[in-house]
Amino acid sequence: MAEANLTDDGIHIEGLRKRYGAGDTAVDALKDVNMRVAPGEVIGLVGPSGSGKTTLLKCLGAVIEPSAGRMTLGGEVIYDGAWKTKDLRALRRDRIGFVFQAPYLIPFLDVTDNVALLPMLSGCPNAEARQRALELLGALDVAHRAGAQPSQLSGGEQQRVSIARALANQPPVILADEPTAPLDSERALAVMRILNQMASQYRTAIIVVTHDEKIIPTFKRIYHIRDGKTYEEAGEGRAIDG
Amino acid sequence: MISLAGRDILHSWSKFVFTGIGLGLLIGVTLSMAGVYRGMVDDAKALLDNSGADLWVVQKDTLGPYAESSSLRDDIYRDLLGLPGVARAANVTYLSMQVRQGGSDKGADVRAMVVGVVPGQPGEPGYLVAGRQITHDHYEAVADVKTGFALGEVIRIRRHDYTVVGLTRRMVSSGGDPMVFVSLKDGQEAQFLKDNEAILSDRARTAANPSLNRPGVPGLLDAIQASQASNHNVNAVLVRVATGDDPETVAREIRRWKHLQAYTRAQMEEILVSKLIQTSAKQIAMFLVILAIVSAAIVAFIIYTMTLGKIREIAVLKLIGTRDRSIAGMILQQALGLGFIGFAVGKIAATLWVPIFPKYVLLTPEDSLRGFVAVMLICAIASTLAIHAAIKVDPATAIGG
Ligand SMILES: Nc1ncnc2c1ncn2[C@@H]1O[C@H](COP(=O)(O)OP(=O)(O)O)[C@@H](O)[C@H]1O
Ligand SMILES: [Mg+2]
Repeated sequence: MAEANLTDDGIHIEGLRKRYGAGDTAVDALKDVNMRVAPGEVIGLVGPSGSGKTTLLKCLGAVIEPSAGRMTLGGEVIYDGAWKTKDLRALRRDRIGFVFQAPYLIPFLDVTDNVALLPMLSGCPNAEARQRALELLGALDVAHRAGAQPSQLSGGEQQRVSIARALANQPPVILADEPTAPLDSERALAVMRILNQMASQYRTAIIVVTHDEKIIPTFKRIYHIRDGKTYEEAGEGRAIDG
Repeated sequence: MISLAGRDILHSWSKFVFTGIGLGLLIGVTLSMAGVYRGMVDDAKALLDNSGADLWVVQKDTLGPYAESSSLRDDIYRDLLGLPGVARAANVTYLSMQVRQGGSDKGADVRAMVVGVVPGQPGEPGYLVAGRQITHDHYEAVADVKTGFALGEVIRIRRHDYTVVGLTRRMVSSGGDPMVFVSLKDGQEAQFLKDNEAILSDRARTAANPSLNRPGVPGLLDAIQASQASNHNVNAVLVRVATGDDPETVAREIRRWKHLQAYTRAQMEEILVSKLIQTSAKQIAMFLVILAIVSAAIVAFIIYTMTLGKIREIAVLKLIGTRDRSIAGMILQQALGLGFIGFAVGKIAATLWVPIFPKYVLLTPEDSLRGFVAVMLICAIASTLAIHAAIKVDPATAIGG
């Protein structure tokens, strides 16, 4: 069923390897990673500690360089034995949304500007960037906190704002690093529901790194990573009611 | 794009304001120190301007009368008046001493420079803020307002009471003591008159000397004692050059023919500013250097700690695509913002507290401008440490733990 949706868009990883260090102390964190995530799809990336999840996110997030393999984001090859662009900063800004374990909002910007900052960094005029931010905040049900400071928000609201920020430049890809770890079951499922909604609404391919048992049943497909290698598995794809 | 620095300053404004105030007081001290030096220079110039002289004639080989002591016979001014180009010449005496407020034995002592002048001649204070100039030969005084004396007040100089008949301003010695003007006769007396004890013992010694106290010569002892008790010396002669004559030429004539030293206005300024104030200037320069270093350390420390407190946010900003240049700019602007607040506070503080300083403190717009540029430069330099730390932050640290 999922196979039908797989196109060259979304995320496409083939034979990805990452070796830290060299010589005797070298660590092969990623040995053979192969993944495909279609636009609008949310997949889980699950694995024990030390299996290479964070390393894979950093490679995909274009903050560390893989050692070999090939990565395609939103139909564009970004790595094929070497980075395909010099401006990794612009690549991250325009093509990748990040959601972290904690919201990591910028404390000195209000909610709107936390979201609008990304389009502004891409050169979008302030008014237009804020307009886009307000739309996203509305879609995430936090428009009423648009003028608040991040410190005035609840944890759940902050996480929704951080998802809005990840979506702000309408990237083809969102990388979520244990986004539900600090949340209780209800809130964790709410975040998953939002990610699923956003994925289908904005045709975004989303990878959620997690070992959170509460949310694992929500994935239709799961990649297990063990000792630097990925194994694909069908998930329960349980509907999240709310 | 929005100003990240501006938003951060608004967000943590209390930190900026309090640090800015602390820094500002330091900058205020710095501006005041510079003002103290400017005040000394300006006092020196005012002193020269207000004495109404073109030439200062003093004892040969001295830098008198302000920088070194100088003694001249009090009839020399007549010889000087005979020289071509000399329009006016007048004796003056200078003596730093305690002047007692309120006369007799009550009241507080005020450190002052007592100046003996010939009424109506060069040396007299240039203008008065209240009262009149000295008209009587004895026991009248004109005081600089910084003495704190009031018009009509009785003050005690040595053994005599004087009435303050006039008040002047900006007449202070190079040491910063306010001046009290008295008549030349009173000035000479104050300077050379010994106290009662000394007179009595001198008299006894003279009377006991057989060569001075000869039984066969009546009146000799009295004459000798009278000459010992009075004084025919002054410290300087102030000369006014005739209009159209070159002061330097006249000064050269005086030096050549009278075996005296004569200084022009420019030379006096050189002596006062370069020689006399030189040590104070170095002292103040040392202070300025230390204050600059302390300010830089404060700014560096504050900006650095604030940056360290934002490492996570900086990593996130970099991860989502903020340029290093923008982050460096944010930190630099914050440092400059701090400097700006500090300078504003310092300028206001200095302006407010300068009038209550005992000595004249002159804040010049040029010094303020220089101070502003220096503060901004210091802040920019101080921010480099924090900028370096921010540039080193790896965006990868925003992902994973
Ligand atoms: N910077 C690094 N230098 C060397 N080894 C590293 C580095 N980061 C991670 N590793 C190693 O790579 C392996 C995978 O780590 P990581 O990607 O953090 O796994 P996970 O996120 O699944 O716990 C581990 O063995 C870890 O020790
Ligand atoms: Mg990890």
